[in-house]
Amino acid sequence: MLGYLHRNVSLMVGVVLLGILVVFMAVGALTVDTSNAQPLSVPTLLPPSWDYPFGTDRQGRDLLAVMVAGTPLTLWIGFVAGFIGVGVGAVLGFTAAYYGRVVDTLIRSIADIGLTVPGLLVLIIIAVSLKGSLTVNQMAIVVASLAWLNPTRTIRSQVLTLRERGYVEIARLNGMRGPEIIFRELMPNLLPYLAATLVSSVSAAILASIGLEVLGLGPVEAPTLGMTLYWVFFNAAIINGWWWWWAAPLVVIVMVFLGLFFLTVGLDEIANPRLRRAA
Amino acid sequence: MTLAPPPPASLTNAAVLRVDGLRVAYAHERGAVRAVDDVSFTLRPRERFGLAGESGSGKSTMALAILRMIKPPGRIEGGEVWLEDVALSRLTDEAIRRLRLAGIAMVPQGSMNSLNPVVRIRDQIADGLADHGGRLSRRDLGARVHELLGQVGLPSQVADKYPHELSGGMKQRACIAIAICLRPKVIIADEPTSALDVVVQRQVMETLGSVQAGLGAAVILIGHDMGLMAQFVDRLGIMYAGRLVEVAPIRDIIAAPRHPYTRLLIDSLPSLERRGTLRGIPGLAPLLRDLPPGCAFHPRCPMAEERCRSDKPVVRPMGPDATVACHLA
Amino acid sequence: MQLLYIVKRFGVFLIIIWLAATLNFFLPKLSGQDPVRTKLLESAALGGYVHAGIEDMVKEYQQKFGLDKPLWRQYLNYVSDVSRGDLNYSIANYPRTVAGMIADALPWTIALLGLTTLFSFAAGTVLGALLAWPGAPRWMRWLMPPLWALHAIPFFLLGLVLMYLFAFQFQWLPIFGGYSAGANPALDWTFALDVLRHAVLPALSIVLVSVGGWALAMRGMMVTTMGEDYVTFAEAKGLRSATIFSRYCIRNAILPQVTGLALALGQILSGAVLVEVIFGYPGIGALLFQAIEENDFFLIQGIVFTVIVALGFATFVLDVIYPWLDPRISYRRA
Repeated sequence: MLGYLHRNVSLMVGVVLLGILVVFMAVGALTVDTSNAQPLSVPTLLPPSWDYPFGTDRQGRDLLAVMVAGTPLTLWIGFVAGFIGVGVGAVLGFTAAYYGRVVDTLIRSIADIGLTVPGLLVLIIIAVSLKGSLTVNQMAIVVASLAWLNPTRTIRSQVLTLRERGYVEIARLNGMRGPEIIFRELMPNLLPYLAATLVSSVSAAILASIGLEVLGLGPVEAPTLGMTLYWVFFNAAIINGWWWWWAAPLVVIVMVFLGLFFLTVGLDEIANPRLRRAA
Repeated sequence: MTLAPPPPASLTNAAVLRVDGLRVAYAHERGAVRAVDDVSFTLRPRERFGLAGESGSGKSTMALAILRMIKPPGRIEGGEVWLEDVALSRLTDEAIRRLRLAGIAMVPQGSMNSLNPVVRIRDQIADGLADHGGRLSRRDLGARVHELLGQVGLPSQVADKYPHELSGGMKQRACIAIAICLRPKVIIADEPTSALDVVVQRQVMETLGSVQAGLGAAVILIGHDMGLMAQFVDRLGIMYAGRLVEVAPIRDIIAAPRHPYTRLLIDSLPSLERRGTLRGIPGLAPLLRDLPPGCAFHPRCPMAEERCRSDKPVVRPMGPDATVACHLA
Repeated sequence: MQLLYIVKRFGVFLIIIWLAATLNFFLPKLSGQDPVRTKLLESAALGGYVHAGIEDMVKEYQQKFGLDKPLWRQYLNYVSDVSRGDLNYSIANYPRTVAGMIADALPWTIALLGLTTLFSFAAGTVLGALLAWPGAPRWMRWLMPPLWALHAIPFFLLGLVLMYLFAFQFQWLPIFGGYSAGANPALDWTFALDVLRHAVLPALSIVLVSVGGWALAMRGMMVTTMGEDYVTFAEAKGLRSATIFSRYCIRNAILPQVTGLALALGQILSGAVLVEVIFGYPGIGALLFQAIEENDFFLIQGIVFTVIVALGFATFVLDVIYPWLDPRISYRRA
């Protein structure tokens, strides 16, 4: 297994990057006082120092505490939305591909039209329409509402290629019925691919949630990564030269996306052996 | 690569293509895999030479090797291919490129994916002509395409069509048209009828035969259908595990095969006269990377002796047109 | 034949427009109340928008969408308004109409997005094709890792870094806006140059991130294509390397790329919205942000609707181009 990690560079890089984040969050949760992630906890606008390694912001938050408290929140939103997205997407994708014709056309058309629409905008409408400010969990649900579109499409096409393979015919001839074939024959073969889809779905969900937050539509009181950036822009931190304020969330976000990206590529390599050691 | 001396003048006049000790290997993590192991044969002008063998015997690799199209991790390890008196290994990349299609042309399995799906047939013939220095006006080009299609029995409307609009047999014949457009001296047909039904097979083979006669070209027919070979070729070579284990004129090889493998192959052909159970060849062809010691066929050979297990048989001439590689022949 | 296909695709486009309008109408009502009405009334009550017009707006709103009206009637009113291009007035910027404000901002976004997307697609595709081709120059391989890493992050994050480096630290380029404050919008070179200087950073944020994605995808497509039988036969035909590269490989590999473009349009736009926001580039994105801040519901609805329609149209155009590229997709089958 470790030998394989050695050859699958992408997977290794992804695991390492995400691993660093996990360690950061774990160690941070134990050592850092997360109540300082709330406004008016500490002196404002201090550049990084021994007391405050990531500096403080204009509203008196300790940015290290913000990172420790906020990163898990952002990741949580991404995971919940991503999981729901792939879950629903898998059900719809399998159904469409397996049963074909009318069901397929219906599901496929909905997904295609849904994908034409820029997700962020619909999310904006939803977020703006809901009363009051969102909680973290509500954010996750909002993002999840659109997260199933892409997975449905990709899982459907993968199942379609598999459906033509011989062992499905044999299973059918052996008397297996639809759902049973889906579970026993198709899904195990798709697991690596489903994993890759899950990771990219989580990544997309995190991106969507950060997007909403940067626009100010996120859970305003939560110290998530996106909200932190919102405050950065709100307070014109870049022009004012308070670089530490945006540097910390920037680094964390980049690590999250790069980690998830390399993980996806690595999983893709497992799912599709032809990509291994390609040109 | 070792440089073989040019063949003696008398032989040059006789052979249009001469393969001499060709060796092709693929690098594999556990060692090199010999796909073509010291293969030699000659091809006379206008001759029809068949190359038969199971999947994985190295026949298609042979075709690519002759055209110098082996890519990493494969490489031509040794031996030489002569087209008349030109040693192909000594040509520059540009020279061998120009030789393809003009000197040696390949007819691939067209009914599969050998034609560019987004280009019309007319243009797929034309680009072969253009890249070999042809500077034809549009009218001349159209006439030439029309002529070529006629030679393979296709109506001229085919020129404007895309591959997906043609049937398997038509696509195969279009590939033949492409292959003959520069009047090559040698045509290598790699499994040209494998995915077609019998009726269409016959049409295609007839087409191949007639264009070959028209051009005065020699043909190497690669395949695994012994029945087809019997009907088409003058001489037949049998490949097994990368080696050419027997070569003989087709009548001789059917009537009196020398190599046990050839014998089993011919016996396995179903006969319209005799009735009985079908006979196959027991066992499976060996993986090229896991060849048994000695003669590669000995695990499946009904006549294997002690020395077959340890000594690799040498290719021995058995007459002017025949060779065999077996201790017991 | 061909006409039927185009008509079908146009039909899909119309469905998208209808869907957008419907979503716009119903989604806000999901929370049980009508937030538009609530916000209008709030604004009127607070007197935060000091103009008499708000009273008229409330009256008109009640008339068309009042709670005493049956839902289907409200819906029909809404749809008929929208189809006449009447996207209502902007609550925060009365008496400007939503349609008017969007018309001002839209060209900026189309220019930025259109040019950057086309450029990244073209450059990325060419780069990806070259990277897969064994005959390509060696040094190009060094381009891949940084482009690869870049493309995983959202546009606006790169924008942030670029802004800090070039606008703040080095002060080479302006930080904010579409053109300098106080500059006179006119059709002359000085203004054009000013606009260009302001557009460089937003454009770069989009291009540098996108190119990697297109290159990576194209490279993958090329590798698959190069393994196809027809490429082997092309080589056996003794075709020149350039011919095989362009006519046999790229010509086939580009098909899924174009599909990818059609699918990615929505995402590109979402990313661009955020880029505009942080750079204050006066396009649709910045307008949307402003609308959200001001709670200007009509403006938000109008923008979302316009964007969906624009994207639907772009997809329609790509859909029509596609069969021209790939003859296997017969117009007939559609």
